[in-house]
Amino acid sequence: MNHIIAITKKELRNYFNSPLAYIFISIFLVLAAWLFFNGFFEYNQASMRSYFFYMPWLFLFLIPAITMKLWAEEKKLNTTEILFTWPIKEYEAVIGKFLGSLLFLLITLILSLSIPISISFIGELDWGIVIASYIGTLFLGAAFLAIGLFISSLTDNQIIAFILAIFISFVGFIIGEGIVLQAIPGFLTNIFRNLGLGYHFTSINRGILDSRDILYYLSVIGFFLYLNIRQIEKRRWN
Amino acid sequence: MIKAENLTKFFNDFKAVDDISFEINKGQIIGLLGPNGAGKTTTLRILTGYFNPTLGNVNYDDLSIIDNPIEIKQKIGYLPENNPLYEDMKVKEYLKYAAEIHNIPKADIKIAVNKVIESCHLQEKQNQEISKLSKGFKQRVGLAQALLHNPEILILDEPTEGLDPNQRIEIRDLIKEIGQEKTVILSSHVLSEVEATCDQVLIINKGKIVASGTPQELSQQATSQTKIFLTLEGPIEQVKETLSKIEGVERILKAESKDNQIELEIETDSTMDLRKKLISLVQENGWQLLEIYRQEKSLEDIFINLTN
Repeated sequence: MNHIIAITKKELRNYFNSPLAYIFISIFLVLAAWLFFNGFFEYNQASMRSYFFYMPWLFLFLIPAITMKLWAEEKKLNTTEILFTWPIKEYEAVIGKFLGSLLFLLITLILSLSIPISISFIGELDWGIVIASYIGTLFLGAAFLAIGLFISSLTDNQIIAFILAIFISFVGFIIGEGIVLQAIPGFLTNIFRNLGLGYHFTSINRGILDSRDILYYLSVIGFFLYLNIRQIEKRRWN
Repeated sequence: MIKAENLTKFFNDFKAVDDISFEINKGQIIGLLGPNGAGKTTTLRILTGYFNPTLGNVNYDDLSIIDNPIEIKQKIGYLPENNPLYEDMKVKEYLKYAAEIHNIPKADIKIAVNKVIESCHLQEKQNQEISKLSKGFKQRVGLAQALLHNPEILILDEPTEGLDPNQRIEIRDLIKEIGQEKTVILSSHVLSEVEATCDQVLIINKGKIVASGTPQELSQQATSQTKIFLTLEGPIEQVKETLSKIEGVERILKAESKDNQIELEIETDSTMDLRKKLISLVQENGWQLLEIYRQEKSLEDIFINLTN
């Protein structure tokens, strides 16, 4: 456990030691806010619904930017030769990096709280739905992080890690969306929809924390973390 | 005690290590010597548990690197080739992180880090970002990380690579000091270094051990040959021809003309002292002898011989 905490701390510190953190946070918050406020006053409702509506799309492009270096850089600099000759288990490194990036995402989301707080001053905001939506967003983000982290472990090139993560995340997202669902045979529709990263988010966004959705995201996270651990272990048996 | 048994490592079709076996006793300083690509780094990576051998095993007393890697890694301090470091971190920050991973109890981390900063002379740089350090200082950070948890075994891959002569001496002295209490395994292709620091030498070429022993033993092994260096004035072709015909001259290694002087390097049978014969021969032919000296075969020559 100590190892995991040590790595989590190190990765989190690493984010804030570089301009990456500040650029990411700024772009994310500004873009999310802009997309939201575009129609906010017209809509005239004290609701964060359309703020969270864009989350999957924002995550799709921005989260690979924060996961791309997590493994790719270590491979490039060969610091993996240090990390894996230290008395640490592979899964501790994977989970530590995952949690580090998750905490970073959490900090970003916390910073966005300025928006619901401001809205609550000008209207009646249903905090129950907002909190549920934030929790759902965290799970959604965690899923994208797990995917991006795994992809990063496949290469030593950060750009490839970035692009591939976007691609895989996109596929994972689009299979549950209307565009794909209408093109496939009827009996598959339900399966595909339930595999989509976005689908489970829409119900959370309505304020309903269905255990099935949580389970779904935990499965996705678990699956990609597992793949990640196996990928790292492969080095030993090369 | 470290026992490597029949280590073989394949990378796809390439056999990097070919059935290597050796034993290292506690407290020894062992040098792995070999040309680039010989398999030294691969061997060290197997010893440190970075990856597993395709065949064979390494045992540290009763622990196996394949079955008990974590326990073994706790006992090892490793400085890899090219000294990979987390460049964005500050020196002290990095060492604290290393300490945490090495299971040093929280209360002792500060002391352990300060101790190693002192012994590696990193005091003035401890709060600097690693990327901003010179190569020599980076090397010391790498060494500090390896010493932090006071391991019984130190494994160093080309520890003086890329350092200037002063820095080399510093690291060498540090290694000798450490070697008094710990087992040290280092790899190098700087022969003088290995000669100066190691109790035992393993010469590796093309994945196999081609020679092993103390530096003295290895030198003796090849004293079937001695070198004689000559500088004289005379016609180069005639000189070469005449000298190579002398009994006991094995071959002429070098014959170079500089101005009107010829510098010769001759390999001779070491049971005979050919100096007198050579001197009288030079006089007989009317050539001017300027310099003559004899050199016992060095580790370098053995190395070149075995790995050519």
